[in-house]
Amino acid sequence: MTSLVTDTRPKPICGIDTWVPVAAEIIEITQENFNTLTFKMRFVEDIHRENYRFQSGQFNMLYIPGVGEAAISISSDPEETETIDHTIRVVGSVTRAIQRLGVGGIVGIRGPFGRGWPIDTLKGQDVVIVAGGIGLAPMRPAIYELLRKRDQFGRVMLLYGCRSPDDRVFADELEQWTEDESIQVLVTVDNATGGWVGPVGVVTNLLQRVRVNAAKTVVMVCGPPILNRVAAWQFLQLHVPPNRVYVSLERNMNCGFGRCGHCQYGRKFVCTDGPVFAFSDVAEIFGREEI
Amino acid sequence: MTGVDQGVQDVWFLSMQGLGHMVSTLRDKMYTVVAPTARDGVITFAEIDSVDQIAAGVRDEMGPGKYRLIDDPLSRPFNYVVGQDSPKRFFFPPKLELVSMHIEGKRFVLDSTAPKPPKLAILGVRPCDLAAIHVQDRVFGYGDQATAERCETDSYYNLARKQSLLIAVNCTQPSSTCFCDSMGTGPRAKQGFDLSMTELGGGFILRAGSDDGRAIVSELPVREPSPSEVELGQLKIDQAIERMGRHLDTDHLMELFDEQIDHPSWDEVAKRCMSCSNCTMVCPTCFCSTVSDSNDLATDAATRTRHWESCFTHQFSYTTAGPVRGSTRARYRHWMRHKLGTWWHQFDSSGCVGCGRCITWCPVGIDITEQAHRLRHDRNTDHSQDEPIRERGLMV
Repeated sequence: MTSLVTDTRPKPICGIDTWVPVAAEIIEITQENFNTLTFKMRFVEDIHRENYRFQSGQFNMLYIPGVGEAAISISSDPEETETIDHTIRVVGSVTRAIQRLGVGGIVGIRGPFGRGWPIDTLKGQDVVIVAGGIGLAPMRPAIYELLRKRDQFGRVMLLYGCRSPDDRVFADELEQWTEDESIQVLVTVDNATGGWVGPVGVVTNLLQRVRVNAAKTVVMVCGPPILNRVAAWQFLQLHVPPNRVYVSLERNMNCGFGRCGHCQYGRKFVCTDGPVFAFSDVAEIFGREEI
Repeated sequence: MTGVDQGVQDVWFLSMQGLGHMVSTLRDKMYTVVAPTARDGVITFAEIDSVDQIAAGVRDEMGPGKYRLIDDPLSRPFNYVVGQDSPKRFFFPPKLELVSMHIEGKRFVLDSTAPKPPKLAILGVRPCDLAAIHVQDRVFGYGDQATAERCETDSYYNLARKQSLLIAVNCTQPSSTCFCDSMGTGPRAKQGFDLSMTELGGGFILRAGSDDGRAIVSELPVREPSPSEVELGQLKIDQAIERMGRHLDTDHLMELFDEQIDHPSWDEVAKRCMSCSNCTMVCPTCFCSTVSDSNDLATDAATRTRHWESCFTHQFSYTTAGPVRGSTRARYRHWMRHKLGTWWHQFDSSGCVGCGRCITWCPVGIDITEQAHRLRHDRNTDHSQDEPIRERGLMV
């Protein structure tokens, strides 16, 4: 049983030998929580705005000259071609350098890389999205796509968890999606600070609050390793077929095109075979430590 | 190397003196000639001007964690196998400045790009190393249009390979750490060479594998070999198979690794392994690299340099959550599973060619063939009570 995804990935933009990035300007910064920001970027050259396309769930390598690169998921709508968003948790040298640049700063982009969410295979299916923390970032492009073609899908659920209400990313949009009721949004927090009256606990507890029709459900998960593992396991327990449970994984990335070896995951390269994997494609090693 | 013809191979005899002609012919054709030389007590590939620089009068002796180059006045050229050096670095340099650039206004301006590789003739490529070059061809997408379209080709590698002339020397004296016969790569070079040579005392049986190779032969003082000379060459290679130092059973290795993923021997290896990365540095197929940035303090230029990386280092798999493979056990297991197993899934070939370098140059003599044997030996012993792998993997 292999994944249902067909390879229709857009070609990465690249200069000589792929290691020359394309310049983009930071045009807007939104503070999501204490260390996470969304950077809206716009390619400096018209030709790149015209040619650059990506699929939900793909990532870019963001480059700061003299500092290095970081693999960052694209968090904006794939139909929006004028700008692209990257939602970044500032934890390393590259992400700190991007933050320091501020609005007007120039960032190098190589990408898009990887295999995204199986949007084309979701028609007629219920879709359950499970995200933890910044794991919502690579989900947002998919959510936009689902909302745009809402009538093509069955029920769409978003189960999201984070440390506290203040740690939610895209908080305004979460509230808007909740009000719209076109998708069912459930948010849980580890610590109910402020005036939080919603669920408290781990994301996977939210599963008890939803009804899953295993025969026609596709699951998409992105979060820390423990969430990926437990969520995938729980949906398999509910008899969702393993080729309909998708997980986006994180690894050390350097080249983005399967050449540097860093992101190996057993038989796979996360940068080209993933980051989104059907559980059935990685079943023999999924959840194992230190693979 | 162009026009490789795996079918008809013309056969000649080249005298020992003729080897000198070969070197000068190659140099006349504007090749940078690289051949095995004796340097710092080890066989090392280096550029040569004349045939005298090819290592002779020495033989090698090796074992797990041991390498000695011994003076032996009677030894002819190629009376040794492989040192720590392989032809890998001529196509995939250990350190390569890919690009240098700076920001001007809102644009990246290129200051320099990767250098052009020299036009190389590598003389004395052992069959295992020849196979390793073809393994790396798959990794770097040599001649592959599909990867070229996705901007994934490595232009330095591709140009270096395209220009190169490979002259293989078949092995007649394998070392105690050799197991090319098990991996199907030697001791005879079967394909993918421009010329191949089998050493026979007074000279060489010479075969051409490409038009480029034939063009070189046409300028050499060769003669038709006698049937007994051809037979002797054959015999020496057959004897090499019998004297192969090690053996590795390659039957269903991936299944073996999947079954034995928690075998206690991984812990035993980890107790000895120093995670020094020697095995990956001497391996002729290891391709991992890291591109890092450096600044010029005088200007605003940033230089992006690619250098060899090893899966045995801490930073190799580092993410914000820490290294994926934090333990030596996991790193050794990853390396070995990749070499012999998952490489097949990634590149449709083995990642191991049986050159034995990882055994010889391991400071504590860890032996990949021994570990493979141990996993296989214990295969059907104590797994009856185990849960299926999938179940165990998911337990939380």
